[in-house]
Amino acid sequence: MEERKYGRGVFLATVAAGVSSLAWGRSAWSHVSSALGGAEAFVPLVPGGGWRIYTVADHMPVFDPETWQLRVGGLVQEPLTLDYGALRALPRTNQVRTFHCVTGWTVQDVHWSGVHLTDLFDRVKPLPEAGAVQFVSAEVPYVDYLSLRQASLADVMLAYEMNGKPLPQEHGAPIRLVIPEMYGYKNVKWVSEIRLVRQPEDGYWEQLGYDRDAWVGRSNGYSS
Amino acid sequence: MRYVRRFSRTERVLHWVNAIGFFLLLATGLILYLPSLAADVGDRPTIKDIHFWGGIGWVAALVLVALLGDRRGLLRTAREIDGFSKQDLNWLRRRRPSEQGRFNAGQKLNASLTAAYLVLFFVSGMLLWAGERDTRFRFASTVILHDGLLYASLALLVGHLYLAVIHPATRHALRGMVTGTVREDWAHAHHPRWDVSD
Ligand code: HEM
Repeated sequence: MEERKYGRGVFLATVAAGVSSLAWGRSAWSHVSSALGGAEAFVPLVPGGGWRIYTVADHMPVFDPETWQLRVGGLVQEPLTLDYGALRALPRTNQVRTFHCVTGWTVQDVHWSGVHLTDLFDRVKPLPEAGAVQFVSAEVPYVDYLSLRQASLADVMLAYEMNGKPLPQEHGAPIRLVIPEMYGYKNVKWVSEIRLVRQPEDGYWEQLGYDRDAWVGRSNGYSS
Repeated sequence: MRYVRRFSRTERVLHWVNAIGFFLLLATGLILYLPSLAADVGDRPTIKDIHFWGGIGWVAALVLVALLGDRRGLLRTAREIDGFSKQDLNWLRRRRPSEQGRFNAGQKLNASLTAAYLVLFFVSGMLLWAGERDTRFRFASTVILHDGLLYASLALLVGHLYLAVIHPATRHALRGMVTGTVREDWAHAHHPRWDVSD
């Protein structure tokens, strides 16, 4: 009796579909998730709201509201040290933005609350030679830089709340940088020190080959 | 009670190496994937290393078992899995006659899909690793493929485990994968067209 070679057919078709999805997977997925956008509130399509927790050290920094401090210094006229209460007392700002990871996943409609970086700059008064800002994470050795112009964009903030709740530990408690138009690795978590410096340097991932100017869709080999 | 040989040693080692490797990668992969687990476990760099090198070791071990083991037997089994007879197609459509050979059509599909998922996990995993180091290998869809495979392979695995461990009529098959032999009467009932003498 004649046999059909369906076994290899199934194998090859599945491999071909999977490999070709490297070209269409992302846009197919965004169609699916926007079509089901309303349903997601009830049945999450992906666990954890779609977030992946990327860390580089062997444990996450622990936030203690009693002892936590944020230092803002470097090339400034009036260096500043804020405790958690003083940080929360600064003018509050909110925004709802999509978070983009350079590896390809995104999280839509993230609600952030925090302080504008420009509000901090107004207080510390950068010196004329300051051209960039260094963000030091409590997660050693994570560090990253923005040019002063990038850091002064209207929607760049230090977020202390995410989706209406204090920033969870794995998202950088108590504050993370939010610069929505750049990929996640520029959005430094566990920010513990902000220093005004002359010019940007390579941050943690940039030393490993990622772009300094990490504009979403226009950097790191992507163009869209 | 008479027993007949169902799986060679090579086939059993291959199956269990595959299973152990998969569960190791599943466990470490979920730690990388789920925020709550990631927060509890911490130490992502180490988990990532175990996951990546575990993946390389998994695939290398499977290749070694196939090369050093009974290659001719494996090839013969692969041909059995490849070929679908009229009965197999009837079986899938729940039509008669549908007597099954050594493998039923569902087992054949399971094996082909598992092999395809293995290749795709490996390709997408290597791309995730290489893309972190070089933009030429960075594609926005790689992580979606790797995650999609997680869901697809879990769905297949749940069905497979149900039939192999829980379902009363089929779970005797587990004995074949553990000891290599199954009861002759069971073989006749479930795989009537399987010539147990060879
Ligand atoms: C075959 C070899 C495999 C290799 C080489 C591989 C490699 C990788 C790499 C490099 C990552 C990225 C880690 C990171 O940078 O964060 C990753 C993530 C992951 N892997 Fe694998 N992997 C393999 C198989 C598997 C298998 C069998 C499973 C599950 C059953 C799995 C589940 C996952 C999951 C869930 C993630 C997290 C993805 C995400 O962040 O969305 N992997 N893998």
